[in-house]
Amino acid sequence: MTGETLLEVEGLRVEFGASVAAVRGASLSVARGQTHCLVGESGCGKSVSALAIMNLLARGGRRGADKLSFAGIDLRGMSDREMARLRGDRMAMIFQEPMTSLNPAYTVGSQMAEVLRRHRGTSRRDALDRAAELLGRVGITAPGMRLGQFPHQLSGGLRQRVMIAMALMCDPELLIADEPTTALDVTVQAQILRLLAGLQRDLGLAILLITHDLGVVARVAHRVSVMYAGEVVESAATADLFARPTHPYTRGLLECVPVPGKVKRDQPLGSIPGVVPKVSPGFTGCGFRDRCAHANEICAGDIPRHRTDGDHEYLCRLPRDWAHAA
Amino acid sequence: MTPAIEVRGARRTFRVKGAMFQPDKHVVAVDDVSFAVPVGGVLGVVGESGCGKSTLARLILGLLPPEAGEILVDGQRVLQMDRKARARLIQPVFQDPFASLNPLRRVRDIVGLPLAAQGGMSSAEMAKRVDEMLVRVGLTVEMGERQPAQLSGGQRQRVAIARALVLRPRIVVCDEPTSALDVSVQAQILNLLAELRRDLNLTYLFISHNLAVVEHVATEVAVMYLGRIVERAPTDTLFHAPEHPYTKALLASVLTPEPGLGVPDVGLGDSLPDPSNIPPGCRFHPRCPVAIERCASVAPATTPRNAGIVECHLVPTIAA
Repeated sequence: MTGETLLEVEGLRVEFGASVAAVRGASLSVARGQTHCLVGESGCGKSVSALAIMNLLARGGRRGADKLSFAGIDLRGMSDREMARLRGDRMAMIFQEPMTSLNPAYTVGSQMAEVLRRHRGTSRRDALDRAAELLGRVGITAPGMRLGQFPHQLSGGLRQRVMIAMALMCDPELLIADEPTTALDVTVQAQILRLLAGLQRDLGLAILLITHDLGVVARVAHRVSVMYAGEVVESAATADLFARPTHPYTRGLLECVPVPGKVKRDQPLGSIPGVVPKVSPGFTGCGFRDRCAHANEICAGDIPRHRTDGDHEYLCRLPRDWAHAA
Repeated sequence: MTPAIEVRGARRTFRVKGAMFQPDKHVVAVDDVSFAVPVGGVLGVVGESGCGKSTLARLILGLLPPEAGEILVDGQRVLQMDRKARARLIQPVFQDPFASLNPLRRVRDIVGLPLAAQGGMSSAEMAKRVDEMLVRVGLTVEMGERQPAQLSGGQRQRVAIARALVLRPRIVVCDEPTSALDVSVQAQILNLLAELRRDLNLTYLFISHNLAVVEHVATEVAVMYLGRIVERAPTDTLFHAPEHPYTKALLASVLTPEPGLGVPDVGLGDSLPDPSNIPPGCRFHPRCPVAIERCASVAPATTPRNAGIVECHLVPTIAA
């Protein structure tokens, strides 16, 4: 089963009103038992892509895609009702801030049990047993006591574990995690990421992990897609992306990250000048050209998508060996 | 030479109202902390949320009085200084440039406010100083006419830095100055802070939960755990030869962009620190992977070590 493509997205487009093109033809796929990381800075369209896949876009958001299939099911033509049956059951999602995703007025146990009762019609008692089992599975001690507590009585790390346990209630095949550790301390982040890796190994979960942290990407992803201004500008197997980053944006991003022992203290870090542009529908050319040191007039036109061996793709006019030959 | 910042035995607790029918709790935020930062130095302060690092910043800025101990900036007690004199000496830069700038004011008024509050400067002089400062932090004079909402996150943090430096202070307390920013912008701001420090001979207290950032900017690092500094050492020493088990765990949990290494097991267990319920003995012992019996009952003494200090029973007592 591992390795078989579970989620396949091609040419995903999301627009808000007439002025914002949030996602512009993004493609990615997630295989069973693997983690695909979607990485980029705020406003690049990574969260919107995830929400579009789940059909959870805010009102006013329009979604289009050439292909959007989950386990062979075409998600494009699905009614809200059919989609609601799938969400929380075969595909689940967790968010950055668990406090805003948990209902403060219900106990942990009752909101966890609701998932199973709604999707499977399980009895309350059985659903609570399953909830206690999963709380134990995500490393929460004394799960019986936690079931009776309210979200505000838990620490941030515990809340995120509860969110993960809740997402696992119906044994989903796909877990979409949107910055699940960004609000947590580094020590807790390591624990949560280890937990996700362990669950993936045991349950064969496919994970689409959204993050801005290249350290997280390097350590957990099998495959990486780098997003910029609504497009996937580079996509490769993790080791390949870090060994041979090719798009100028990916290269710039990697140079910005302080790595202990890599950059001398009195030396400046690499940085990318300028800010992420606002892109409206009808925008043509490379979204990065205003900030790119290699931009020329060609960059305002159509940009070729290069594919090199080993499934390494990038969207740039530059030849594949421009950065590595020098 | 007088240190730029000197903290002697500072302690600060907060009273937190208990839940219904529960007694109030005492949260110990900073507990008998002492250190000094030399002029031109950068002390990085790291630790998990709730370890007291932001309270420490507020004590040093004179925004909170300590319950015990003394805080001196440039050799003077910070609480006894005249507010205007204090503002000329020490200034803060906070985490969230969306919350720390008045959304209704123009950028040039925000940056000029510390000058106006000092008084005694003509508006032409003030305008000149503001313009110089805007350019110095990488903004343009035209941006002074805008409001914060018209700026990006990185530009707003530049405004906050300009406001902090417009009085030409000698000490800047940076509390998570880049945590709200994207990595590419974080790098721009860190480079700016480093350049300003070099050119203006500033002293920084630099608080961050990001150890890689601290390694890049600090000359010395203090690791805080539940209100105490458990290890302090020159940056290279701390990163290459950490001694306290907590420091080791923190360093192990830094995820550097090196594929193939996986996520490390930091070995800290699940019991999270609670500042309203500080354990007896060594306060780290419930999470410590190498704790011995003594750690549960006897608090370790502050031991000088490697040009710094460490508080752990297991670190042999050898004078530095």
